[in-house]
Amino acid sequence: MLRTFRKGGVHPHDNKLSREAAIEVFPLPETVVIPLSQHIGAPAAVQVAKGDKVKAGQLIASAAGFVSANIHSSVSGTVVSVDNVADAGNIRRPAVTIKVEGDEWEDGIDRTGGFRKADPSLDGAEIVKRIAAAGIVGMGGATFPTQVKLSVPPGKKAEYLVINGVECEPYLTADHRVMLEMGEELLEGIRLLAKALGVTKSYIGIENNKPDAINHLTVLASGDPAIEVVPLKVKYPQGGEKQLIAAVTGREVPSGGLPLDVGVVVQNVGTAVAVYEAVVKNKPLVERIVTVTGKGLGKPSNLKVRVGTPVSSLIAYCGGLPGSAGKVIGGGPMMGRAMSNPDSPVTKGTSGILIMDGAEAVRRAPEACIKCAKCVEVCPMGLEPYILYKLGVRNLFPEMEEYYAPDCIECGSCSFTCPASLPLLDYIRLGKGEVMKIIRARKS
Amino acid sequence: MEKKLIVAPSPHVHDSYTTTTLMRDVLVALVPALAVATVIYGIQVLVVTAVSVAACVVFEYVIQRFMLGGRPTVGDLSAVVTGVLLAFNLPVSIPLWLVVLGALVAIGVGKMTFGGLGRNPFNPALVGRVFLLLSFPVAMTTFPAPEGIDAMSGATPLAFLKEAVKNGQPLSELMPEISYGNLLYGLHGGSLGEIAALALILGFGYMLLRRVITWHIPVAVLGSMAAFAAILWGVNPDTYADPLFHILTGGALLGAIFMATDYATSPMSKNGMIAYGAGIGIITILIRTWGAYPEGISFAILIMNAVVPLINKYMRPRRFGQPAKQ
Repeated sequence: MLRTFRKGGVHPHDNKLSREAAIEVFPLPETVVIPLSQHIGAPAAVQVAKGDKVKAGQLIASAAGFVSANIHSSVSGTVVSVDNVADAGNIRRPAVTIKVEGDEWEDGIDRTGGFRKADPSLDGAEIVKRIAAAGIVGMGGATFPTQVKLSVPPGKKAEYLVINGVECEPYLTADHRVMLEMGEELLEGIRLLAKALGVTKSYIGIENNKPDAINHLTVLASGDPAIEVVPLKVKYPQGGEKQLIAAVTGREVPSGGLPLDVGVVVQNVGTAVAVYEAVVKNKPLVERIVTVTGKGLGKPSNLKVRVGTPVSSLIAYCGGLPGSAGKVIGGGPMMGRAMSNPDSPVTKGTSGILIMDGAEAVRRAPEACIKCAKCVEVCPMGLEPYILYKLGVRNLFPEMEEYYAPDCIECGSCSFTCPASLPLLDYIRLGKGEVMKIIRARKS
Repeated sequence: MEKKLIVAPSPHVHDSYTTTTLMRDVLVALVPALAVATVIYGIQVLVVTAVSVAACVVFEYVIQRFMLGGRPTVGDLSAVVTGVLLAFNLPVSIPLWLVVLGALVAIGVGKMTFGGLGRNPFNPALVGRVFLLLSFPVAMTTFPAPEGIDAMSGATPLAFLKEAVKNGQPLSELMPEISYGNLLYGLHGGSLGEIAALALILGFGYMLLRRVITWHIPVAVLGSMAAFAAILWGVNPDTYADPLFHILTGGALLGAIFMATDYATSPMSKNGMIAYGAGIGIITILIRTWGAYPEGISFAILIMNAVVPLINKYMRPRRFGQPAKQ
């Protein structure tokens, strides 16, 4: 019996169109727009000014606070502006715009392709230092600064490192390709993360719709008893941190708690590879693998893209926006964000660009709730979405706290499954935000 | 880019279910029982069903259009399901005007009074059936016997047994006359949709396969019925019928599979569903054994319907990562 999480979950069509597409290096764009906030926490403090010449890999903004991350230039060229630029949702936010000139990299960055083992004399503190310097954030989409996750607070202890190779979002294949094509780098990255955390056992959770990745990594890791590949039964949202921990270790992160409360730290496969590159090759996080996909798209692909590259140029490279396109989504179809500005840049957290057909992108008209209980059945957090929805519609936010709105992980299983097409998650999300405000007000 | 894009919050995809597809699957699941009833009782089965369905749809349309206002939603097929289920709870010999009256009570009183689909506290088809049963007891309890079933002509197996017990006949002498095969295939007296046990179980399988319902309510109803009946039967097999007999007769299967699982009138959490189902099973056996009526599941479901809001309030799903004491 394959392992999985026990409570709730749904089975959307996986539509992994770009499964077989090997990673291609995307050509350098003419200009890049590098936002100063590509992570959870405080925006980075800019270190360059208009007219400065920069090299690829050069620090252009430094972490401003404990929860923040360094940002490096992804290209060489001239800074043309440090100003607010429209993001994916057309909200203007601070960013550095650089005109690309050549491809010159900072000294000391190893750009050779070959795999190298890490220096065994490195200690955990040095590893964390290099990760922080490289500006690494959670690359599964959450973009939480990685060095913060690796700083185990006093009184807590990490027992296991769980690597997230689930990629349960339909369509996305970036992590899948990383596992297939960068297996050695991934495993070395995992060893470095394990060392930084002081854990002796790491698990890689992979859903069994990726048998090639499971086999490949199992063979690669066969000589290392500290790393174990755990095949998982396909079920969304298994890539959710709490669900993955439950699936792999059987432990439940307590409501309102963190994975460390059950002795676990979770990192995405892309993050582990970035850690390898930062520690072994001294390379900051300036490029990532992005899946560009969609049923109407000419050539669904997995691309290695410099951070700051316009999303629209990726779409053009993969066959152009089809006439029937209705939505451009940053991320997957279950949790991704619909973009209103496809000229916005790829960031550290962009795992995929999904082009959705117009007809498929239009929501069905909501009908009356028939109390079918499907939302309760599928909720992986054991909530009652139909009640939260009713309370949300009426703006009854204190009552939503009593029904545990803050526990919601916004996976969308309830809205996905609702036969009456009710916008359950829309109102739960609204209420969750309001309840968080109430809780913060009470604490202060 | 010039193209206009749709911007909406996630999720951006949806499962293929709609209210209409769920109702259609329920109707498909009811077809085998309807077919068996038609073979056994003849074409009148289809006439009663058609009249019931037509009346339910027309009443829902008219009430919604002219009394409640708003867009008629008969297209969602829920009135059709109510119509078929009402017909399934009637004897084939019932006068057609009573069918129409039952449909009016089912849809008018049972469903639309409360605001329509999803808002009614009681199962509409059962509201219609119980109204007819209390108002027209003779018409509602006269069953033409399928050919070749002499032992129980004119009565349902449950009524037959209840009468015998009242007359002091020990059941151990009577039970051998009852063929469980006939009960399975539908060769006995009863409401037109309740007789064909095997066909109803087939429909259950289909609904599970299509994920229309989960196993919890039907299994809890039948399991608690069987357990309670087994205890009584163990105490005195001359006064109390065996568990299998209880499950195969008196609309137990129809009630457990198709009536108790009605979405709007059943609980939302899994543990709630099991408690609700267990309540129905126990009340059914209580009524059958000591009540005035030979059959009890209709009343049992309606009684438990009334408890559903309480169950939903106190039997909530276990949260992920819930602290041990709450």
